[in-house]
Amino acid sequence: MTILALKNVSKSFGPIQVLHDVDLALEPGEVHALIGENGAGKSTIMKILGGFLDPTGGEILLDGRPVRFASGPDAEARGIVVIHQEFNLAPDLTVAANVFLGRELGGLRLDHRAMRDQTAALLDRLDTRIDPGTPIRDLSVPDRQMVEIAKALSRKARVLIMDEPSAVLTHREVGALYAQIDRLRSEGVAILYCSHRLDEVAHLADRITVLRDGRVVRRALRGELTEDGMATAMVGRELQDFYPPKGNPRDEAALEVRGLTVPGRVHGASFTLRKGEVLGIAGLVGSGRTELAEGLVGLRTATGEIRVDGKPVAIRHLRDAFAAGLAYLTEDRKEAGLLLDKGLRENLTLATLERFGNLRVDTRAEDAALDRATADFDIRAKSRDMAAGKLSGGNQQKLLLAKTMLPDPRIIIIDEPTRGIDVGTKQQIYAFIRKLADEGRSIIVISSEMAEVIGLSDRILVMREGRIAGEVAGAQMTEDTIVRLAMGVTGNAA
Amino acid sequence: MKLDLHILGPLVALIALIILGALLNPAFLAPANITNVLARSAFIGIIAVGMTFVITAGGLDLSVGSMAAFLAGIAIIAMNAALPGVGENWGTILLGVGVAILGGVVAGLLNGLLITQARIEPFIVTLGTMGIFRSLTTWLADGGTLSLEYGLRTLYRPVYYGGIGWITWPIIAFALVAILGEWVMRHSRFGRHVEAIGSNDRVARYSAIDVNRVKLMTYVGLGLLVGIATVLYVPRLGSASGGTGILWELEAIAAVIIGGTALKGGRGRVWGTVVGVLILSMIDNILNLADLVSPYLNGAIQGVIIVLAVVLQREKRAADER
Repeated sequence: MTILALKNVSKSFGPIQVLHDVDLALEPGEVHALIGENGAGKSTIMKILGGFLDPTGGEILLDGRPVRFASGPDAEARGIVVIHQEFNLAPDLTVAANVFLGRELGGLRLDHRAMRDQTAALLDRLDTRIDPGTPIRDLSVPDRQMVEIAKALSRKARVLIMDEPSAVLTHREVGALYAQIDRLRSEGVAILYCSHRLDEVAHLADRITVLRDGRVVRRALRGELTEDGMATAMVGRELQDFYPPKGNPRDEAALEVRGLTVPGRVHGASFTLRKGEVLGIAGLVGSGRTELAEGLVGLRTATGEIRVDGKPVAIRHLRDAFAAGLAYLTEDRKEAGLLLDKGLRENLTLATLERFGNLRVDTRAEDAALDRATADFDIRAKSRDMAAGKLSGGNQQKLLLAKTMLPDPRIIIIDEPTRGIDVGTKQQIYAFIRKLADEGRSIIVISSEMAEVIGLSDRILVMREGRIAGEVAGAQMTEDTIVRLAMGVTGNAA
Repeated sequence: MKLDLHILGPLVALIALIILGALLNPAFLAPANITNVLARSAFIGIIAVGMTFVITAGGLDLSVGSMAAFLAGIAIIAMNAALPGVGENWGTILLGVGVAILGGVVAGLLNGLLITQARIEPFIVTLGTMGIFRSLTTWLADGGTLSLEYGLRTLYRPVYYGGIGWITWPIIAFALVAILGEWVMRHSRFGRHVEAIGSNDRVARYSAIDVNRVKLMTYVGLGLLVGIATVLYVPRLGSASGGTGILWELEAIAAVIIGGTALKGGRGRVWGTVVGVLILSMIDNILNLADLVSPYLNGAIQGVIIVLAVVLQREKRAADER
């Protein structure tokens, strides 16, 4: 008897549909793995099941009856517990206080001792030696994840939803986690398990559902899919005409990077970018792609050797990068890219104000620059005084691209060029990027969307755990090869 | 063009106050009274213009009132000490002026460096320096009052009381500072950077703006303006004590907020600040001239106006969101 199920569920954020008619059933005593690339819709499904999001279409069935969760706590009261990633704990409270947060024991005076003892017992079950009285702030990241797991176990869960619980755990802790999963399974709990580690999916899952672009593309029972089979199911899609034709990079190097290290994030990355080339950087979220780019342009402390056009340059601040002809378009458009409460003009010229007059900012010259930018990048805005935050995502991204291009850089690093924008604008932005490369500029594109990296790039670097795990070019640029490199799947990679 | 309530609101309130004042007491519009109101506004006003930049960049400075007292104290000590050597002339006065202005710059630098380099919250840093400056002043005055030598006081007096016709020097200085401040905020790169940092300092950093340097400059600029305000204040009484400049910081912050600058930063209105300062001192003046309400309730009325100003601005913003 299915405990919790999704039936024909779809979900849209504004005009963008992220889930299409998803069916998913969680059975008692079963581990159900949900896999897919970044952006395939896994977290949206978890949020819908956990009561944090409402579906736009279809229904959620609890014990066969349609149900609507008012909130996360509402879903939890009905026995659906989500194990979040480790950053959802209150850092200043103790371990015990976090485990019992919102349902503290005791009356007027809290029963600190009972909460401590029960927390200690839970942590013991997980084979973890953490003092329940320690503030979360003082714990290591793996220990925090174990606390998050203990917190979920302390709830009487009928359904347990796990969002990459093992991503930050060490080998020993993963063992303890697996033992608890086995115990819960034998107790009849239904478990939904999301993971990027395909080996662990093969080991744990009784049932596997593969998502791609918000659709279920494959269902399998234990033993029906090998790790290779999973990777193939997650990728594999032809969208060639969606992307502009490949270019003809010259042999001259525009940028040479040797041993770039961002402490704790990127370890000794070396690569060369040629003139007129679009170089893709792929890898999982957290593999150090953004940190590599930010280290390169002086937004993070980094060591290593950088040469532009064969000449060594020292980049300590973003200004040094600008002076060397480098520009960086951030992945975080809303928090690092644009001033959402300011107009188009202020945003366009913010990084290059010194070009618009010495003492007095020449607003007429700024307006002229904005006219050019709106024409060049097809920015559609009701008025130039409107706040940038009121533009659609696609127009915001075009404005950000225009802002990045204003200093006329020769080397442009674009981090997630099309995150959260519609298909039509995506294609426009791909065309802009190719045009910039054809003009002889050199471009690095960082993207979580495999199809995008492959469709745009002349060559691709794949990052894994802060290192460049490999490089693929030409016919080798398949999603399969890249996923293997990104996930460190050892197999007969082409 | 759409009329902006942020600018218009405080201006309408100011005009209403002027009309009210004139109705309650004809003496309100007499040149002597207007000079009086404006001259008293000048100290807070000059400081509030600097405060506008600090708040717009997302900062805060609670130390300005104590800083003014401290600067007045060291300027008076310096002038008295120089009197025997330099003599009773403008050289001595200029030395005091230099001490006050340089001291203001150094004090602002201290606040700014603690905030940007030691990465301590502006509220905490300036709460600390507020206590330090206040206590140092009391200590220098040995619990009493520091007085400028009589002869120097007479020489220095016209800087506060004199001027061009009925427009005294403090009023002129306030006007110049306000015009310059408005220009810098509206038309200079620095002003644009200040607004960008207050709006979202991460975006500013990703736009190659030296965020720390700009923040530091807002505190140094404010320190300089506190120095200037002190230079104009000292000749008024010719003395300084532990009680000098008490609550100036709150009046300056209130004027900035009434004027429509957002306390969380990102939107600076220097003209608004000027209007805010005038509103506050006019309420004080009207209560003193009219017997309607006890002048002792001045603080209460100012408090209501501050809260009201913020409520009105928030409702305007909520309307914008729709």
